[in-house]
Amino acid sequence: MSIVADKVLMKGNEAIAEAAIIAGCRHYFGYPITPQTEIAAYMAKRMPKIGGCFLQAESEIAAINMVYGVASTGLRVMTSSSSPGVSLKGEGLSYLAGSDLPSLIVNVQRGGPGLGGIQPSQSDYFQATKSGGHGDFRMIVLAPSSVQEMADLTVKGFELADKYRMTSMILADGTMGQMMEPVSLEYDIKPAIAKPWATTGTKMARPHNIVNSLSLVPDELEELNFARFERYRQVEENETMWEEYMMEDAEICIAAFGIAARVSKNAIVEARKQGIKVGLIRPITLWPFPNKPFKAAADKCKAFISVELSMGQMIEDVKLATECKAPVTLCNRAGGMIPSPEQVLESIIETAKKVGAK
Amino acid sequence: MIIMDKRLYIICGHYGSGKTNVAVNLAFHFRKSQTKVAIADLDIVNPYFRTKDSADELAAADIGLICSEYAGSNVDIPALPQDMYAITDKLDTKYILDIGGDDRGALALGRIAPKIKEENNYEMLLTVNRFRPLTRDTASVLEVIGEIEQAAKIRFTGIINNSNLGEETTADDVLSSVGYALDISKATGLPVVLTTVDERLYDAVKDKIENVFPLKLQEKIK
Repeated sequence: MSIVADKVLMKGNEAIAEAAIIAGCRHYFGYPITPQTEIAAYMAKRMPKIGGCFLQAESEIAAINMVYGVASTGLRVMTSSSSPGVSLKGEGLSYLAGSDLPSLIVNVQRGGPGLGGIQPSQSDYFQATKSGGHGDFRMIVLAPSSVQEMADLTVKGFELADKYRMTSMILADGTMGQMMEPVSLEYDIKPAIAKPWATTGTKMARPHNIVNSLSLVPDELEELNFARFERYRQVEENETMWEEYMMEDAEICIAAFGIAARVSKNAIVEARKQGIKVGLIRPITLWPFPNKPFKAAADKCKAFISVELSMGQMIEDVKLATECKAPVTLCNRAGGMIPSPEQVLESIIETAKKVGAK
Repeated sequence: MIIMDKRLYIICGHYGSGKTNVAVNLAFHFRKSQTKVAIADLDIVNPYFRTKDSADELAAADIGLICSEYAGSNVDIPALPQDMYAITDKLDTKYILDIGGDDRGALALGRIAPKIKEENNYEMLLTVNRFRPLTRDTASVLEVIGEIEQAAKIRFTGIINNSNLGEETTADDVLSSVGYALDISKATGLPVVLTTVDERLYDAVKDKIENVFPLKLQEKIK
């Protein structure tokens, strides 16, 4: 029996792992850390049975460099960690980008900074979208809001990584990793695209392929950067994803992703009962950030509220996207706490009063 | 008629098969007919979703709770409770043992298994959920059984069919799991002691399945 026949009950972490296997990933390298350890545990059980490779590396740094090695051969490969562990991977993420290698990285965030705690957080938004490592580079950052999306965006992440030769990062939070929901894992997996750059052996039939991020001639290195950013521009143009919820007549617009978006939807339903016209734009790609819907919303909405499990990080991108046409306020919890629907509702009511929204 | 008259009920199974929820519900069930009932949380695998999450409700019902002082504290270490030896020493108390998932969790049980076998007044029950991806058929469940028994140094005596899809479970989902549980029963020789069902579905299935046990879902986020 296929383990993915009809619906199954999975943790978000397990859904990522199984979806990766379905997408053709046969190499997983990782190091355990709460709240994402189920990914490694699941891979440890499944990979040996399907001829894949599960390896518990000696550290997060070792794991990301193993990812570099397999990615160089053109095979689909991944690692996963949580906040402190992803910081350790920063150097490797930059080298992957500098070598134009596709890979999938999962960050199931926990409260920080430092070692922090083990409860859910979204405070690695800056790290994921702006500064994953040194140098000029971007990662495609995907923010799931359900266990189903944990799986769907994993498959999508591998496809995008291959297509644009870059790293896709699943930026989830501890809630997404730990919660259990029914999922359906039926995908139409596209055949892998050709990777003529991969180091698969010349068989004496072609020149050597070299995968490398070292480039000592500045004008050549500049050219590589220009070419890379042309690909990034295409990603921005073609791959930006978001969901709009009750935005048709909204006078107040909430910006939220992941678990914060689910909490916000509950608050929006309650606020609508009180006659407040409020809606939600939920970025699904955090990079590229969905500037377009926010810009459009700025022409008709009187105020924006950014709901986050952080001290306010995405709010900066909301302000940029809306070009300061309307006030943007923050509704947040931090350190592993989650805003309640009541807290978000209160923030909506207060904002409505301030800007005279109905 | 559900008869569960042993002194110790050990709940083991695959990771995420619903052991803690079943264990807590059993404790409340036993407390209806007995005065000295306690639950022991020996989970060394999962820092979340612990028996301790129900501590207030258990205390209100005068049900004892043995658990690591670190359970539910966010201190992420696999610690065992210091008073776990009460399980095999306090012979006047009925205990439910909530064991961590898979063979890794069952290691904790191995530590007290010799005394449990010596007393020989226990049932060790396997919770199974046909909707969990790694235990969807008999072969995969047999594998889990083998791994757990090896780590626990003690053998299963029965099965709890805890098949569910969380909040989206329907009566048909539960009914569709009966054959699955019977297949495991046939392959192992172990009886299906209980089939659990969310209490809101109890009336819809109670006349169609033997030994149905209504479950109240534990609150997970406080």
